[in-house]
Amino acid sequence: MRLLPAGDLAVSVEFGEEISVEVNTRVRALEFLIREKGLTGVLEMVPTFRSLLVYYDPRAVGYEAVCEAIAELARQASTAVLPPARTVELPCCYDTELGLDLEAAATRLRLPVDELVRLHSGAEYLVYFIGFTPGLPYMTGMPERIQLPRLETPRTNVPAQSVGIGGIQCCIYSVDSPGGYWILGKTPLRLYDPEAPDPILLRPGDRVRFRPIARDEYERVAARVAARTWRPVIT
Amino acid sequence: MTVRILDAGPLTTVQDLGRPGHLRYGIPPSGPVDRASFVLANRLVGNADTAAGLECTYMGPRFRVDGACAIAVTGAAAPVTLNGEPAPRWTTIVLRAGDEVRVGAPRTGVLSYLAFAGGLDVPLVLGSRSTYVRGRLGGLQGRALRPGDVLGVLEGPPPAARGLATPPPVGGAAETLVRVVLGPQADRFSAEGIRTLLGSAYEMTRESDRMGARLRGPRVEHARGHDIISDGIALGSIQVPGDGQPIVLLVDRQSTGGYTKVATVCSFDIGRLGQVKPGQKVAFTAVSVAEAHRLLRESDASLEGLLREETA
Repeated sequence: MRLLPAGDLAVSVEFGEEISVEVNTRVRALEFLIREKGLTGVLEMVPTFRSLLVYYDPRAVGYEAVCEAIAELARQASTAVLPPARTVELPCCYDTELGLDLEAAATRLRLPVDELVRLHSGAEYLVYFIGFTPGLPYMTGMPERIQLPRLETPRTNVPAQSVGIGGIQCCIYSVDSPGGYWILGKTPLRLYDPEAPDPILLRPGDRVRFRPIARDEYERVAARVAARTWRPVIT
Repeated sequence: MTVRILDAGPLTTVQDLGRPGHLRYGIPPSGPVDRASFVLANRLVGNADTAAGLECTYMGPRFRVDGACAIAVTGAAAPVTLNGEPAPRWTTIVLRAGDEVRVGAPRTGVLSYLAFAGGLDVPLVLGSRSTYVRGRLGGLQGRALRPGDVLGVLEGPPPAARGLATPPPVGGAAETLVRVVLGPQADRFSAEGIRTLLGSAYEMTRESDRMGARLRGPRVEHARGHDIISDGIALGSIQVPGDGQPIVLLVDRQSTGGYTKVATVCSFDIGRLGQVKPGQKVAFTAVSVAEAHRLLRESDASLEGLLREETA
């Protein structure tokens, strides 16, 4: 574990330089412990794959003191301290119109489209953290058989709610943005809804499952999402 | 009391002190880039520091009020007119119903701030009135102001004449020196790369915005790859992608990213950096965390000493 200064208002707690469940679990456990203990002077935290960025108020706590308190809690940061994870079910329409790269990805993987969909929707994904754009989950859990390098030429605009894969990661775009993942489908749910009282759907540590739906069901769910009468299935 | 926007300027947004606490969901804090100028504008009209006002990039707005109200304009050296006559900056201006105010294009600096006694009345979104344009969140419908917009003003304190003994200079320097703390990924750069960063002047480019200040100058050389496993991005993080050109991340920054960050601009110099016009230069000097905290206390104290009640 390394403590690295990030200016005068933050310190980065680095647990490693890899994408692994073990490292990310320690990151999320440390965030949980710091929040539980209400560590003096800590204002907010940003968990990532392998580090926790801790913003503190230097008017309330010194650098050495905050680092010492963090280091102490980091020693206890393990999966045992974390509360049970939520599982969120995301309906996903894997059709060739919404899944911009569904056929190309299947061809590249030498798999029938149905088999690619079966493999992708049969897995459970871990949300390591939320970042880059509001509500965008960084997830792994992809079956090895469907791992592909990212697109050679990223798209300049991927529609929000598109579900994509690249390398070991699965991604759901939360706003329209450029992107380099292979788009397999689209969820009718909004990962980021600026007009909702709680605009963000997924949280760090969530488990995500995709439920394949046909296009007509996609349209029905999308209409209910727009009318704010849809409740996502969270257990 | 309401404010009717007649001309909006290219990017005028409602901001308060920001929306902390949501970076873990990818939502940036937003708020003013030049926090000191923003806070002083509020204090000049007797508001709490947290009241919502306007941040104007380059040209400010032209607006009319339909009631009596005290306002203050701070930040960039932009000409202010009241019903066509020149009006002062860094001081309380008392308006009557029907008065028209215009904030022009700055001679120096980039960002002007406008405070209204009582503060602007837009809905609180996640605890803040700040606008995050990219996320269509907060402010007035999550967007920059447009001509025809009408903004409410909350009940304010009675107007009192206040001014600054010596308004701080904003922008204008051919080269602006900002203090940085090296890290968190300084070890991913060569010694030569760090020397280049600290020994050169970088030009502010037109691609800069509230998300990040994009600079152009001598290439900051990496020792090993420029990509890292994604990591949190602090206010002021100096991200250096493969092209070696520094980007300083600001208030509307992405919460995480996969480029190496050589150093972090200190919070008390973010406002000065934000006031650097495209074409002007920025230079960096490194300080320790302890030194940065001493400078932060000094900066806080100097802000306290600036305001003066005018008793005459």
